[in-house]
Amino acid sequence: MADSGNPIPQATSEGNTLRFRDDPVPDEPAVSLDAFLDQSNANSVRIEAGDDVRLLGPVLERVRLVEIDFPKFRDGRGFSSARILREMGYKGEIKATGDVLVDLVWFMRRCGFDSFAPDVPLNLEDVQASLNRYPHVYQEAADDAVPIWKLRHPELQNG
Amino acid sequence: MKILTGNDLKNGRVVWWDGQGWSIHVEDAVDVGDQADAILSREDAACRVNGGYAIDAEPDPSGRGVRPAHIKDRIRAYGPTVRPDLTLKPADPNAGTWVI
Amino acid sequence: MYKYDQYDHAMVRARVEDFRDQVRRRLAGQMTDDQFKPLRLKNGLYLQLHAYMLRVAIPYGTLNSTQMRKLAHIARTYDRGYGHFTTRQNLQYHWIKLEDAPNILGELAEVEMHAIQTSGESIRNISADHYAGAAADEIMDPRPWAETIRQMTTFMPEFSYLPRKFKIAVIAAEADRAALRWHDFALRIVKNDAGEVGFQVFAGGGMGRTPFIAYEIRPFLPTGQILSYLQAVLRVWNRHARRDNIHKQRMKILVHELGEEEFRRQVEEEFQHFLSLGEDFPQAEYDRIAAYFTPPPFEAGLPEEIDRTDPDFAVWVDQQIAAHKAPGYAIVNISLKPIQGIGGDISADQMDVVADLAERYSFDELRVAHTQNLVLPHVRKADLYAVWQSLRDAGLADANLDLVTDIIACPGLDYCTLANARSIPVAQKIADRFADPERQRDLGELKIKISGCINACGHHHAGHIGILGVDRKGTENYQLLLGGSGDETTSQAKITGPGFDEDGIVDAVERAVERYREVREPGERFLDTYRRVGMEGFKEAIYG
Repeated sequence: MADSGNPIPQATSEGNTLRFRDDPVPDEPAVSLDAFLDQSNANSVRIEAGDDVRLLGPVLERVRLVEIDFPKFRDGRGFSSARILREMGYKGEIKATGDVLVDLVWFMRRCGFDSFAPDVPLNLEDVQASLNRYPHVYQEAADDAVPIWKLRHPELQNG
Repeated sequence: MKILTGNDLKNGRVVWWDGQGWSIHVEDAVDVGDQADAILSREDAACRVNGGYAIDAEPDPSGRGVRPAHIKDRIRAYGPTVRPDLTLKPADPNAGTWVI
Repeated sequence: MYKYDQYDHAMVRARVEDFRDQVRRRLAGQMTDDQFKPLRLKNGLYLQLHAYMLRVAIPYGTLNSTQMRKLAHIARTYDRGYGHFTTRQNLQYHWIKLEDAPNILGELAEVEMHAIQTSGESIRNISADHYAGAAADEIMDPRPWAETIRQMTTFMPEFSYLPRKFKIAVIAAEADRAALRWHDFALRIVKNDAGEVGFQVFAGGGMGRTPFIAYEIRPFLPTGQILSYLQAVLRVWNRHARRDNIHKQRMKILVHELGEEEFRRQVEEEFQHFLSLGEDFPQAEYDRIAAYFTPPPFEAGLPEEIDRTDPDFAVWVDQQIAAHKAPGYAIVNISLKPIQGIGGDISADQMDVVADLAERYSFDELRVAHTQNLVLPHVRKADLYAVWQSLRDAGLADANLDLVTDIIACPGLDYCTLANARSIPVAQKIADRFADPERQRDLGELKIKISGCINACGHHHAGHIGILGVDRKGTENYQLLLGGSGDETTSQAKITGPGFDEDGIVDAVERAVERYREVREPGERFLDTYRRVGMEGFKEAIYG
């Protein structure tokens, strides 16, 4: 994404996880949303497709990792969950698990996912190729990509 | 009888299992008995067929070939009934009635 | 019309290469069909009965002559010499090879066309009034907004896997020529009391097996907030729709289950949230897009009279011409419904003829109507005779707009894997039965719409007379429906009773039509009579 504000962080691949972050990997196992809301010491939470991530709002400060599961790739609820977390100001890791296709990683990155640990591990090269395929974006999302309309109107950049 | 059909992966043409490979002519279809799943999984894995499935059929009353039991597969075998010129038998005036 | 800039070109070219790579991986056996299918469906490529089918987007139904000639070229080079215009203003090729698909997309990209989001669980091609920019009754051209929304909704990351497809329509007139309220999300451009332009917003419509007519979710939305509002609607649906039954995942089902009030409340809440994110496109971007839709330089002082000496031409003029906003001009409807033909089909040679006519007589513009006809939007009345002669020579001068033989029909079991029964032969038999032009004109406006399965691509729910093909123990069977409409008085057709076989349905249609003739009052169309007398009077005539 040549015109996005920031370069894509270099991904690292370890085990079956592809990670676009350079902070330490949270090592605590993720608990269910209900359990997380009940346990004041948990830091990692697992979001199932039907869960409401907005419930994390009041406790967002203690979240280090959110795993969002895709029971099947056709279930797109996780895209909204990730983006809502970023809209709430969450800066920690959002990891996609389950049925994740390489062809969807670009959209997932745009929604705020920054690590991937799918059932079938992704190939790092394929992921990089797919992230580099589209030069622009038409609209804003949870990433820093500058939408085409802004590129067309440099006079509005500061407005 | 049970016969196998599907589409060619590259060009999408309707094909029928003839015992050795895939033919575009339903007349070539052979009874696969209880081997349908075995043949389909092997052929699918080798990318020699796309979306293959088994159907019921009967020997054609004309004495030659095979007539699929369901109209959908007869249309697949023949071509669109509204465009005989685009079918496998553009010159056969009776081909359309074979479908219905 | 809109012109791509470097950014639009770059995105469409990237999509071609993306798809080329996906096809390569599939052909190399690196992907199963289960994995490939959702990817090809994001790009309009289906596996149909006889081959692959490619659906090309025609945004808001607008084409120029270069694009139409490219469609003809593709039909000749990669298909079997023809194409099929659909009820969503798109064009389908029915005989595509997978290995050719990337090159076809490459050719389309050269003329600013694509197949992005023309199938699959995505935001589909946006439809619009096919008279947009020409209609005497519109308050403005709705296409600049349709194009703006096209860009907003292209590759929307959060909505990569919606529960089901999502269809949007935009109009800007009181008269509805786009079946507005049969869409998931529909916009009618209106002016409020202060004279400001905004959208009257409808949501939750759709045909398919569980038809719903969209309800007014918001009487007035400032145009500049459309992206926020649309995202709010999509997010509420994406998060809360069922995911366990593909037949219950369209937005209309969620609206129905939550109730209109509760759905509206949730959307409004999410809408306020999106407004606070400040993602809406600025007015300057709308203005940039709208500038491409500046009306063509219409000549002043043109004659209004049409020389009607040729009686065949006069009949055609009376049927196929609509009122244009500019004096001396007319909107020409080109029928793709010849009596023995296939509705919506057009040969490559005919495409070229129509392209030539658009270039020479209509400021290089063409439209596709959801009724599967074509439109030359801006023709000088003085040129109508020449246009008619060319159309006649190309077999495109049928005079049956909105008449009983102007039938919408899906491809049906002749082409489609989802179909349960054939649609086209039924349409042909009905057209044949009512072929007499005098009889057609006597019957007046009568919209017959035929679907070959409950997915309703042939809009049978919206037909004055609707026909639905079903599979009854391996035999084609047809249900008859009456009283539907896709215009501003939208209504859903109701089933008359037991179904019919192929010949029986033609007889049943004729009996319904004859009953209308017996009981109509002066000036009443079929639909008006049906609404006045109700189903019972027709049922008796149909079933005896």
